[in-house]
Amino acid sequence: MVEVLLQYYPEFFKGLRLTLILVGLSVCIGFLLSLPIALARLSNIRPVRRLAKSYIFFFRGTPMLVQLFLLYYGLSQFESVKESILWKGFLESPFWCAVIAISFNSAAYMAEILVGGIRAVPRGQIEAGLAVGMSAHVLFWRITLPQAIRIALPNYSNEVIFLVKSSALASTITLMDLTGVTRTLVSKTYMPVPMYLFAGLLYISLNYTIAKFFKILERWLIPQRHA
Amino acid sequence: MVSVANDIAPLVPHLDHLMVGVTITLKAVFVITALGLVLGVMGAAARLSRFPVLQTSARIYAHIFRGLPEIVIVLASYFGASALITTLFPNSTFQLAPFWAGCIALALTFGAYATEILRAAYLAIPAGEVEAGKAFGMNRQTCFFRIIMPQSLRYALAGLSNLFLVFLKDTSLLSVIGVAELMRQTKIAINYTSLPFTFYLLAALCYLVLTGVTMLLLRTLEKHFTRGMDVSRGQHG
Repeated sequence: MVEVLLQYYPEFFKGLRLTLILVGLSVCIGFLLSLPIALARLSNIRPVRRLAKSYIFFFRGTPMLVQLFLLYYGLSQFESVKESILWKGFLESPFWCAVIAISFNSAAYMAEILVGGIRAVPRGQIEAGLAVGMSAHVLFWRITLPQAIRIALPNYSNEVIFLVKSSALASTITLMDLTGVTRTLVSKTYMPVPMYLFAGLLYISLNYTIAKFFKILERWLIPQRHA
Repeated sequence: MVSVANDIAPLVPHLDHLMVGVTITLKAVFVITALGLVLGVMGAAARLSRFPVLQTSARIYAHIFRGLPEIVIVLASYFGASALITTLFPNSTFQLAPFWAGCIALALTFGAYATEILRAAYLAIPAGEVEAGKAFGMNRQTCFFRIIMPQSLRYALAGLSNLFLVFLKDTSLLSVIGVAELMRQTKIAINYTSLPFTFYLLAALCYLVLTGVTMLLLRTLEKHFTRGMDVSRGQHG
């Protein structure tokens, strides 16, 4: 059992590298996307609010696998997409499809988290900002958003761990992430038990690290809790 | 209108596939929930027991299964189980069907999350309630079944509803090991029609209807069982 792992462990780390790239890119894109979605969700204009609500409903109401397949296998149904400039090197590549699907999916969850955070910012903070004469714009960037993120931080930690887990679905569209590598090695060696145990160990260590990282971040950003 | 009808007509014979898929998806989610709840109750009981060995093992169980991607658990359960059976009993002809391998795998994950939800719900019952029961002369068992369990179920309902919705979507992972649920049936329909976008969109609509309807049902249930109670709703799905 151990010999197989000694023989193949570099492959696992190659897979882990791709998993990390997928997760890193998707966290960043997802977070950036979640800002306008959350703002739209809180907007006073009804159609805008409706649009954000539908976005969130669609991405939270369907499995990530459907979203991934819709993008990767679905788009090739349209000749116009295949002829567009976005096709070559971008929409035809499983890597970018995975990044888009994972980050769009994650943006829906992150928007909900952010909305919860924004709603939880104490009223007095906003009043204080208005009292010192801040414009709505400055008020949002300096007072509301930083505090909303701080309040929502534990939920972000969960979301990133969920994202690591959904990145494993990339293996279903031929990507060689940690799960993809493991599946290939299993069919090559016929030894599923050690392979999945080792992959599982790597995933758990990764998620443990992320959870610890957020704990440290929390301690750093929320000092009064530990005073 | 005519052109729309012409577009839709060739799809109709393949919609049966999706319907078959939906029934298997529903069957899977009910099996997962039933098994998962049993595991969750056992996990929570172990977590709250007086024995350190049980406490630690329940904690490790919950941590491991919440930290692993569901698809890895499903694949490991399906391929690992058959490998284990052949090494342990080389002569046996027993094979674990993909449906059961997948459902057991997802039920284990369901149980890991349910362990935490049920444990938190149990701890949410004020000690005074139990003391009041004891003062009435109830024994431990009566106290548990009449006071703790009914109330903690009210606390756990929001979390468990969320979990049901999450696993309704996670049944799509069973298609990876060849279970003929909605995603697999969609793939079959696509093989016939070569219309991947149309059919994956239809599948997405099926999931939306399923999650939408269950959400409404669970909301009503929650409203009924949490009357007069201030429960903060679970956030993540």
